Amino acid sequence: MIRLLFTIVTGVVLGAIVHLVSVLALPRIASQDAYSRLTPTTKLNAVTQLLPADPSYTLMPYMDPAFAVAVCRYDLSGGPLKLTVPVSQAYTSVSFYTRNEVAYYAINDRSAGKKVIELDLMTEAQHNELPEDEDVTAADRLIIDSPSTTGLIVMKALAPEPGLMVQAQATLAASSCKIPAEQPAKTTEAPPSPPPAAKR
Amino acid sequence: MRLIFITLLALLVAAVVGLGTTWMTTTRGTELGTLTIGAWTARPRTGTADVDPYSRATITRNGELQIGTGDGVAFTATTDDGRRPLDGRCDVVVSGVTPAARFWTLTLYDNKGHLVANSMQRYGFTSQEIVRGADGAFEIRIASRSRAGNWLPTGGIERYALMLRLYDTPVGVATRTQRDAPMPSIATVGCP
Repeated sequence: MIRLLFTIVTGVVLGAIVHLVSVLALPRIASQDAYSRLTPTTKLNAVTQLLPADPSYTLMPYMDPAFAVAVCRYDLSGGPLKLTVPVSQAYTSVSFYTRNEVAYYAINDRSAGKKVIELDLMTEAQHNELPEDEDVTAADRLIIDSPSTTGLIVMKALAPEPGLMVQAQATLAASSCKIPAEQPAKTTEAPPSPPPAAKR
Repeated sequence: MRLIFITLLALLVAAVVGLGTTWMTTTRGTELGTLTIGAWTARPRTGTADVDPYSRATITRNGELQIGTGDGVAFTATTDDGRRPLDGRCDVVVSGVTPAARFWTLTLYDNKGHLVANSMQRYGFTSQEIVRGADGAFEIRIASRSRAGNWLPTGGIERYALMLRLYDTPVGVATRTQRDAPMPSIATVGCP
């Protein structure tokens, strides 16, 4: 009897460990997360407009039908990303998610304070490599650090009435998200690799 | 023989307890970091980098994208103010005022988070569409059959959820009470 009780207590303790491990591991092993769902239909480092939410739309749950939505799935391993989103009449926002859907940054048109939301997205390592005296800081471009190399940028424009949906979609169609082809001269200035060590 | 049996039993209990609690917490959600005002519940921290592990697991499991804190905050209700589950066959009235926000939207979802089909193609209201009274308060009637005023059709489904999203709002992680965020009331006024 005592042995059976001991077995069950051991099982419950082990179960608590299984619970903690599975909760912490779920974001990494989930295969139906938003990033995976969007991967087949979105382009990498480019803007893809999503279909407006309606009852037949089952790609992601709890989408707001009053918004036109566009997604930029990014991979920063090729260099920093430049994002430009024109501001629509009503309300525009840009949200950033890591590969595991942590919403690490979001900005709306009013906090951007301009007609166009312009951002540079880079990893922390790429940010540290930026020269401080460059005009990069002089031009008041907003620099966002991405905690992960890959992730999602979600751009949303509000259609306050259904009739304004076309206008909201047109605004997002004018947005761009790309890794500039020609890197500023910095990459060519990189010190030449040290000569191979002399053989003994 | 006996040792094998005991080991297997312990492992079985561990698997059932461990995976069972994980399934429960990621399906029903936990009380961690929730802000409850009346029938409405929000988790403002899910829109930030310090989201709790349970919410993270739920979000990735359901394939959702949470609204970021710089964007807004989302409140969900699955019951009325009297804790009665929202029933699509009944008449439900959402009335009052909303917290300060540049825009808000109120949307009706089924329990999987999908919109409910109806002939009007009306899935919710935005703050600009709504017809208000002289004092700025509004009243939305949620029912399966057509109603006067702000009518939100349910399609007659048994259970549904309402989501009130506030965009560009001071409501967020620091909000605690009804005084900071006056939420509209939800009342079931009649069932056939």
